Amino acid sequence: MAESVITPALHSALAPAGAHAQHIDSMWQLMLWVCSAMYLLVILFLIAALIRRRRGEGSDGTRGLSRTLAAWTALIAIGLFTLTVASYLTDRALVHAAPEPQVSVLVTAHQWWWNIEYVSGDPSERIRTANELHVPVNAQVHIELASHDVIHSFWLPNLNGKRDLIPGRTSEISLQPQATGVYRGFCAEFCGAQHAKMNFELIVDSPQDFESWREHQLSMGVAPADELARQGQRLFMSTACSLCHAIAGTDAAATTGPDLTHVGSRRMIASGTLPNTDANMRAWIENPQRIKPGSQMPVVSLSPENLDALVAYLRVLQ
Amino acid sequence: MTLDTVNRPRDGEWLDEVATRARLDATWGDAPGLWGALTTVDHKRVAHRYLITAFAFFVAGGLVALLMRVQLSHADEHVVGPDLYNQLFTMHGSTMMFLFAVPVMEAVAIYLVPLMVGTRGIAFPRLTAFSYWIYVAGGILLWVAFALNIGPDAGWFAYTPLSGPQYSAGKRVDMWAQMITYTELSGLAVAISIIGTILKQRAPGMSLNRMPLFVWSMLVMSLMILFAMPAVMLASTFLLMDRLVGTHFYNAAEGGDALLWQHLFWFFGHPEVYIIFIPALGIVSSVVSTFARRSIFAYPLMVLALIGIGFLAFGLWVHHMFATGLPRLGNSFYTAASMVIAVPSGVQIFCWIATLWAGRPRFSTPLLFVIGFVIVFVLGGLTGVMLASVPLDLQLHDTYFVVAHFHYVLIGGAVFPLFAGLYFWFPKLTGRMLSERLGHWNFWVLFIGFNLTFFPMHYLGLAGMPRRIYTYAEGLGWDTLNSIATVGAFLIALSVLMALINMIVSARNGPVAGANPWGAPTLEWATPSPPPSYNFAHIPLVSGDNPMWEHRERLQVLRGLRLDKRELVLTSALDATADVRDPSARPSIWPLLAAIAVSGLFLGSIFTPWAVVIGAVPATIALIAWFWPKDPPAENEEDDEI
Repeated sequence: MAESVITPALHSALAPAGAHAQHIDSMWQLMLWVCSAMYLLVILFLIAALIRRRRGEGSDGTRGLSRTLAAWTALIAIGLFTLTVASYLTDRALVHAAPEPQVSVLVTAHQWWWNIEYVSGDPSERIRTANELHVPVNAQVHIELASHDVIHSFWLPNLNGKRDLIPGRTSEISLQPQATGVYRGFCAEFCGAQHAKMNFELIVDSPQDFESWREHQLSMGVAPADELARQGQRLFMSTACSLCHAIAGTDAAATTGPDLTHVGSRRMIASGTLPNTDANMRAWIENPQRIKPGSQMPVVSLSPENLDALVAYLRVLQ
Repeated sequence: MTLDTVNRPRDGEWLDEVATRARLDATWGDAPGLWGALTTVDHKRVAHRYLITAFAFFVAGGLVALLMRVQLSHADEHVVGPDLYNQLFTMHGSTMMFLFAVPVMEAVAIYLVPLMVGTRGIAFPRLTAFSYWIYVAGGILLWVAFALNIGPDAGWFAYTPLSGPQYSAGKRVDMWAQMITYTELSGLAVAISIIGTILKQRAPGMSLNRMPLFVWSMLVMSLMILFAMPAVMLASTFLLMDRLVGTHFYNAAEGGDALLWQHLFWFFGHPEVYIIFIPALGIVSSVVSTFARRSIFAYPLMVLALIGIGFLAFGLWVHHMFATGLPRLGNSFYTAASMVIAVPSGVQIFCWIATLWAGRPRFSTPLLFVIGFVIVFVLGGLTGVMLASVPLDLQLHDTYFVVAHFHYVLIGGAVFPLFAGLYFWFPKLTGRMLSERLGHWNFWVLFIGFNLTFFPMHYLGLAGMPRRIYTYAEGLGWDTLNSIATVGAFLIALSVLMALINMIVSARNGPVAGANPWGAPTLEWATPSPPPSYNFAHIPLVSGDNPMWEHRERLQVLRGLRLDKRELVLTSALDATADVRDPSARPSIWPLLAAIAVSGLFLGSIFTPWAVVIGAVPATIALIAWFWPKDPPAENEEDDEI
């Protein structure tokens, strides 16, 4: 990808783009109105109590207050009952919104990136990638969540609420995207030094686009054609890179770090936090600790020429 | 009444008022100088220390927060890096919760409860003195660690396995976990003293149904401490054991469970919020009643609401864990429980406003802060209702919406009442009034600064900003509101500075207060300001709900307590009928030495389990000396009637 401007991803619970987030948003609207009304009542009562004109000294001033208190308590009880029932129904709707999945994904959280595997009974249909989820619009997406190390939390504000990934437990979340677009996701549970830079993106494609993306992901890493990129590939295989990263179709098969088979085609690098430009890629490889201090990716000292070669190779991996 | 006037002069006998007071002071006063300061068991002196220490931690925790706000004021800011930022927010949360909010409420209780129930000293005074030393040792441990750059960095909630041995190597988390042990031990000690004082030392006639709401709230708080704090001590001890001796309580790979931590922590953590909030309700009740110049409307209902909140608070902890994937139907019960707690809270809010409605409010600074409390806290309560809903919580959980929510609840529900209490009781503590003018400024700057800081965070959370991030990229749309929040944070700091200046200046130059400057109804105002070492020259007799209003000129008093020995009147728990005279402990150095021994044990056990074994020796010696009987067993020559 060239230095072109990247369309910003969306990330707001107030702009639902999925069935689940839609349900939750309705709950939010109801909650907001009921609570605002209650708040207004309290504030009006407070103002009235403070500025009302007092009668003569003799009057106690509590006349009618007991009845008002009873009414107020009843009002609170009714309001809360309504909200509890609404909340319960919304929760039910969230479960019911997930029938047979059309896309199944296993997301494993690592400090501080997301490993993404598209599950299939046929091993040749499996895809491994990182930090970038693709799904077709209007599909039922089922995501199984696991953690490799500490507790993380998977959150796509426009699509659904969040779900924790807890070591020793598996959890799951469903998505049902209703509009194509790019949505930003976050790790929502504090998970250590780089919790802040543990994002990912969800790209909701049309079914055709999704299918071609999927086909492409099944292919091997592109073999470099020009000399510079070939030099980059040699470097990749002979230095520390291949100890952690995998590129399908080459000798690099390690799974400690993100799979880089198609890294050149991704929108972002460094777990959804840097646009995937040549300059950013170069800066990232040169010193990941400057961009994400504490990151598990070590500094591998490379000469500027070697860096150029490596970036050229990774760019080839479309 | 028995008379034994020749050898053992008693309260109200042949001595005149001046001589009585001199003798009482000789009996109850401390030795002069440093020795007196180290050995004191005077609840007022201990409470002063608590208050000053807690305020210092409040300022320290606030400064740390300012640094965080500077870091977050713009996208991609580089004032602090992730390592320091994570220490900062851990220190902020831990300091505010463990070293400020709970201790400051305990301090208020230690100072005021004995005065308000009309007794000469707190129950178990040496335990109270001990609790302070332990508390201050825990606080110093945490902040020295931070100064040495080994401050904890796993959050004030320290979720396992992030806080476990594998992902938090080094001693950082141990410092945090052991600080918990210190502060919770101290909290438990205070709770026992408060409960004892309230249930057994109330002035004769102060039956439970006449007890001020403030005292009720401190009773509920103390009982909650007894049940909540052992859970977190257990949790943090398990954590230390996982880290130090290789147990696997929280290690899923070896059959432990990461979620066990969350259950134990929140079983404490949610009641903790109410442990902070319930005393504040007591402060609010005192201020409202005094400045509306009438009794609190629907007193029995208010007591029931306090007790109800105390119980319900233990049934809500799972609402911190909705996102962990617990069974959905179970979660719904916690939704319902979390909603239900809004009922007693709503009743209380109503009753205060109703009291103001029926009374004749006088707009002094304390009432101003109470009005601010209602405006801020109710909003926080309502966002709490929002968070109680499982589906909504799944969106809002761990975002800045929650940060906004609990600052509305905790600053609104505790700090505003504390400021109200400061302006209200400062004359009692020092004998001088705070400046009203500066007090009004203090209020408005705090009120505006607070809302500027935290209101925008509601929107930030909905707009996707997660909590505990040390930075955010440009173009996410969070810049403007974060900048506003940072400006607000500086206004809050300014308001705290104003309060500090007001306290320092007024303590010397403020107008002299007199015993009861506000015309308040409760017994702490029946004695001079500041109160003498023996609190009351004569133990008051209570015959109504508002003793200082019902007997404005002369309180009835009870006579017959010894002047040459520390004696208290013990009364029955329900009706407060006078029961026996009971000796009260004299000053002693052993609480301090015991605290040093126990602190050494705790500190050492961060490094080696053997510290528990070796440290137990001096601790045991100190405790034996502490409890060594000094007086011959009480001769039964006089009957115990008064």
